[in-house]
Amino acid sequence: MKLWFFTREAFRAMRRNAAPSVAAVVTTAVTVILLGMLFPVLDVADSKSNQVRSELQLRVAVYDDATPSDIQKLRGQLTDLPHVKSVSFLTKTQALNELRGFLKDDTDPIKALNGRNPLPANFVVRPDDAGNLDSIRRAITPAGPNGKPRPISSVISDVFDRQEQRDKIEQVTGALKVILLIITILLVGASLMLIGNTIRLSIFTRRREVEVMRLVGATRWFIRWPFMIEGMIVGFLGGAAAILVLWIGKITIVDPLAGSFGGLLAQQDTMSFPLLVGILFISAITVSALGSGITLRRFLRV
Amino acid sequence: MRPQNEPPMARPSKKNRQRTGDAEAARLRRGGAPIVELADVTKVYPGGHLALERVSLAINRGDFAFLVGPTGCGKSTLIKLLIRELDPTEGSVRIAGRDVTALPEKKIPQLRRNIGTVFQDFKLLQNRNVYDNVAYALLVTGAGRAEIRKKVPDILRLVGLSTKLHNYPDQLSGGEQQRVSIARAFVNHPPLLLADEPSGNLDPVTSVGIMQLLYRINRTGTTVLVVTHDREMVDKMRRRVIELYEGRIVRDEIAGGYTEESTTEFGVRMRAEVGVGIEGQTNGHGRDRGGR
Repeated sequence: MKLWFFTREAFRAMRRNAAPSVAAVVTTAVTVILLGMLFPVLDVADSKSNQVRSELQLRVAVYDDATPSDIQKLRGQLTDLPHVKSVSFLTKTQALNELRGFLKDDTDPIKALNGRNPLPANFVVRPDDAGNLDSIRRAITPAGPNGKPRPISSVISDVFDRQEQRDKIEQVTGALKVILLIITILLVGASLMLIGNTIRLSIFTRRREVEVMRLVGATRWFIRWPFMIEGMIVGFLGGAAAILVLWIGKITIVDPLAGSFGGLLAQQDTMSFPLLVGILFISAITVSALGSGITLRRFLRV
Repeated sequence: MRPQNEPPMARPSKKNRQRTGDAEAARLRRGGAPIVELADVTKVYPGGHLALERVSLAINRGDFAFLVGPTGCGKSTLIKLLIRELDPTEGSVRIAGRDVTALPEKKIPQLRRNIGTVFQDFKLLQNRNVYDNVAYALLVTGAGRAEIRKKVPDILRLVGLSTKLHNYPDQLSGGEQQRVSIARAFVNHPPLLLADEPSGNLDPVTSVGIMQLLYRINRTGTTVLVVTHDREMVDKMRRRVIELYEGRIVRDEIAGGYTEESTTEFGVRMRAEVGVGIEGQTNGHGRDRGGR
């Protein structure tokens, strides 16, 4: 195998064309740093917005005189509806306790309400996706013959959710997802073009060399291998530099902050660092090597 | 080493497969067909420029021929057709009897290894020293380190550059660079050597040295075709002269009859003008015969 020869050729080319080589390494490093910061942010944003959406729920209140068998039957009906992920039941007392938890101060609602509990017992219905809330609601209260909604069970007194809150969350998380997607596409696209352009520049300065190699009878792969290996070396160096920077950033900035912003940067939500590093490193090397090989095609035409 | 009755390629070892170029070179040296044969070759560039028009010529093994003519007459186009850098619009180009235009793209490097080419602008690899530039031509054929160590110093001694092995091209004079380029073209001992205006960038004294070098190479049996517009040089050497004018052969000093126009009025005028004798009657040609 001529691997040793090609590798030596690659190093020779890098030494003799130091400026373009350094530019290529730096470009790769900057790009990888950018992506290395972007991916975890995207990941956190996505999982947080999913979490918020998953907390959306529908409440089905029942009349106070509903018998346990009515309630049991209704639970079965609700569970069988399409798109329902889970159904749980809160008794009147539990509903009151929930309200106490929301109020979080010393005012006892019972006292304020003269010892009466006005809250109905209710089912908490969680959808498999926030977007399906409406269809579940329609399934619980389908339109009757006279056009008015008629609940599937006579014990249902009301069906409600936090309509306006729900719309807002839907809007914000939806928009956030779209914006993040656009940013990702733009950045990945820009990175690829940046790396591609740097490679093209460094090969363009050597197009005469490639021409000469062709004229003395070198085969395409004989010419191409050193360029591919050079690309791999550039990707390796750039990727390694970037990962070093990311790692320093992680232990000096992100990790200390993770303590104070526990919720936002919780460990289980962000991509694991070794996985991130692995992906970035391999893509840096691959993109760089393939970029060199593909760019060279233009100059290899006979 | 090998028993005499065993065919040379009976055991295709790895090394043999790498060095099929050698077999190819041997094939090119054998055989009776002219080494270069153009039949009715027309080349029209995209855009409509007619570079060559129905050019037919043949160059025999061991010949030393000049291709002359004013700038833009199609000389360089002809060279590019021979190394398949260009394809002809019409007609066929044969090297040692094989149609070059029908060669699959994968075989083009093989063809070029068997044709040494020297250019006006030298075309050296700027990031390699003299030794490595010459060695590169051997490396592309898959030559081993031992072979390179033996052949490269030999050839550099032949061109008179044994003291400049480790210089880079930008540290050499024009004449020295052209010598490196010739060494690179000849290190594989190709059966055919093309020189596209080898002395175009050089002063008269240096040019003479380059021509002498090409002549010496010719005497080893290599066919040499030199493109030039150095009329003085052509007259001094007294070799076969093919003249192109606006894409057509207008003079072919030993082989008349390829086209109607050759060796007629134009040729006569040229001879009168520069005083070139008819080939075959000069001492130079006789000496060439002896050399083969």
